[in-house]
Amino acid sequence: MRMFTMQDIPRADVEEFLFAEADLLDEWRLPEWLELFTDDATYSVPATDVPANASPDNSLFYVADDRFRLSERVKRLMKRTAHAEFPHSRTRHVVSNVRIRSRAEAELEVSSAFITFRTKDGVTDTYFGSNRYRLVQVDGNLRIRDKRCLLDSEGLRMQGRVSIIL
Amino acid sequence: MASYPVLNSGIMVDEDRKVFKVSRQAFVDPAILEAERARIFDRSWLYLGHSAELPKPGSFVTRQVGGRNILFARDAKGELRAMLNTCPHRGAQVCRERSGTAKSFQCFYHGWVFGLDGALRSQPGEASYAEDFKERGTSNMQQVPRFESYRDFNFVCFDPNVQSLSDYLGPAREYLDVICDQAESGMTIVGGTQEYSMRANWKLLTENSIDGYHAVTTHATYFDYLKATNGGLAPVPLKGSARDLGNGHAVLEYKAPWGRPVAQWIPAWGEEGKKEIDRLYQNLVERFGEERAERIALYNRNLFIFPNLVVNDIMAVTIRTYYPTAPDFMNISAWALAPKEETEWARKYRLYNFLEFLGPGGFATPDDVEALEQCQRGFRNSAEAQWNDISKGMGKPVPDYDDELQMRAFWSNWNKCVFQERA
Ligand code: FES
Ligand SMILES: [Fe+2]
Repeated sequence: MRMFTMQDIPRADVEEFLFAEADLLDEWRLPEWLELFTDDATYSVPATDVPANASPDNSLFYVADDRFRLSERVKRLMKRTAHAEFPHSRTRHVVSNVRIRSRAEAELEVSSAFITFRTKDGVTDTYFGSNRYRLVQVDGNLRIRDKRCLLDSEGLRMQGRVSIIL
Repeated sequence: MASYPVLNSGIMVDEDRKVFKVSRQAFVDPAILEAERARIFDRSWLYLGHSAELPKPGSFVTRQVGGRNILFARDAKGELRAMLNTCPHRGAQVCRERSGTAKSFQCFYHGWVFGLDGALRSQPGEASYAEDFKERGTSNMQQVPRFESYRDFNFVCFDPNVQSLSDYLGPAREYLDVICDQAESGMTIVGGTQEYSMRANWKLLTENSIDGYHAVTTHATYFDYLKATNGGLAPVPLKGSARDLGNGHAVLEYKAPWGRPVAQWIPAWGEEGKKEIDRLYQNLVERFGEERAERIALYNRNLFIFPNLVVNDIMAVTIRTYYPTAPDFMNISAWALAPKEETEWARKYRLYNFLEFLGPGGFATPDDVEALEQCQRGFRNSAEAQWNDISKGMGKPVPDYDDELQMRAFWSNWNKCVFQERA
C-alpha cells in the first residue's frame, strides 16, 4: 500500500479507518480498539449544555478520559462485574458524513456523524451526534489522539447512561 | 394495565422482631404515583437551584420542578425570583430558553412583555384594556406559592401553608453547613449539567443515593480502578455511621479511601497536590479549629433531603434531584458543586474525581442505573413476591454507614405522607 502523509491522505482512507473502529466497538474487541489510540490520547463526551469546545478541566462532562483512564474503562467493560454491560449489550455504530476539516503538518481534524444503537434486555436506545477526531500517523498507521463525542440529544434522557463507548 | 389492590400502608414494621418491609406495589402502582404527586410533591419543599447559577441581574434558568415549569431569575434589584413559567394572558410558556440573561421576558404568542420580576410591562393594544389593567396583580406572571433558601440552596413549595424551609430542613441544615463551609467565599455550580433518566421508580434512587451497603458489590470495578491508579488509595478504611434527621431526611457520614478535593490527599495527586491539600486543610483549621476541620475535610457525607434531593459530598460534591414521569421512569439532573475560590489545579482534579465515580458515564453510576432497572424488572413479580427488606442494622444504638437506617427514615416519612390524612 502506498504511504500517504497527512497532507495527501484521501478521505476514503480516513473513512475506512473510522468504519474499522466502529466494527471493533460493535464486536466488543475493546482491547484492540484501544490500540487505535496514541499514548497521550484523550476521549470525552461533554455535557450537552456546554459549548462543543468546553474543557473538562473546568466544565462538567459525562466522560473525560486520559489514556490511563481510557485503558481502565476498557478493562472494566471486559469484566463480568461491569454490571451495566453484563451480559454485553449489542450495539451498531453507524458512521457517516465524514469530513476532513483541517490538515496540519502531522495531524488531521476529522468529523463524522454517528448514530449508535444499543440494545439490551428488550430495550433499544439511540445515541446520535457528531464525533470530532484528531488523527495522527504512528508507524504509517492512523491513530487517534483525541476523540470527542458531541451528543445532539438533550442530555441522556431515555438512554440513561453511556456505559458503552460511543 | 394491571390493577392493584388498594394499599393502606406501604410498610410493615415490627421493631421488636426487627422487621421492616416495604411493599413492592409502592414501586409499580399508578395510584401510588398519583398519591405521591398530591401528597408529597405538591406539599414538600423541592430544590429549584443554586444562587450561583444566577450570577447577575437578568440571569435566568428554566427548570421543571414538581411537574411545573419554573422560571428562576435574578431581577433588576438582584433578588431571586421563582415564577410559574406561564403567561397570565392565555397560558403559553413565556421563557423558552434553558438559561441566559435577559432584560425582560416576552411571550411570543401575543407579545406581552414582563419585567425580570414577572410584572407586566406592556402588551400590544393596551388601549383596548381596562385602565388599571397593569396594576392588577393578575396581569403579572405568578410567583410560586413559597420560595425560600438556605446557604444558596433555593427551594420552592406549592403548598402555601407549608412550614418554613428552615424548620423543614431541621438538623439537615447542620450538614449543609458542613458542606458549604468547605469554601471561604461560597460555593458555586460548575458549568455543565448531567441530565439522564432511568427506567425505574424514583424511590429506588432515593434508596441508592444513601446506600452504603451496595458499594462493594455493585461498584467492584470502581474499587479495582482505584487500586490501579498511581499510588492507589489513601490508607483509610470505609467506616462511619448513619443518622435519621427527621422529616424523612437522613445522612451517612464516614471515612473512605478516595481523594477529596477538600481535603484528603491521595498519592495520585503527587507533591503539588499535597501542598495544595495541606494548604486547604490548614485554612479550615484556622477558620474552624481542628475538630471541625477534620470533619469537613476527611469525612464524606451522603445527605438526603426528603423527598428527592441528594447532596453527596464524597470524592467530589454533587447535587442531584429527580422526578418520576411514570411509576417505572424518572428523570435525573445532577450538578457539580465546588468552592468559588478553588484553584485551577483543584477544580481540575475535582472534576476528574467526579467523573470517575459519578454520573452516567462514570465507573459507578451506570452500574447503579443497571441495579435500579433490574429491581424494577424484579417488581414485575410483585403480586407474588410482595416485600422488600430494609431491616439491616435495626436495634443498633448507632447504625453503621452500611446499614439501612436511612432507608427506614425515608420510608417511614413517605408512608406518613401518603397514607395519613393531615390534621
Ligand atoms: S398567551 Fe402570552 S401573550 Fe397571549
Ligand atoms: Fe452506587
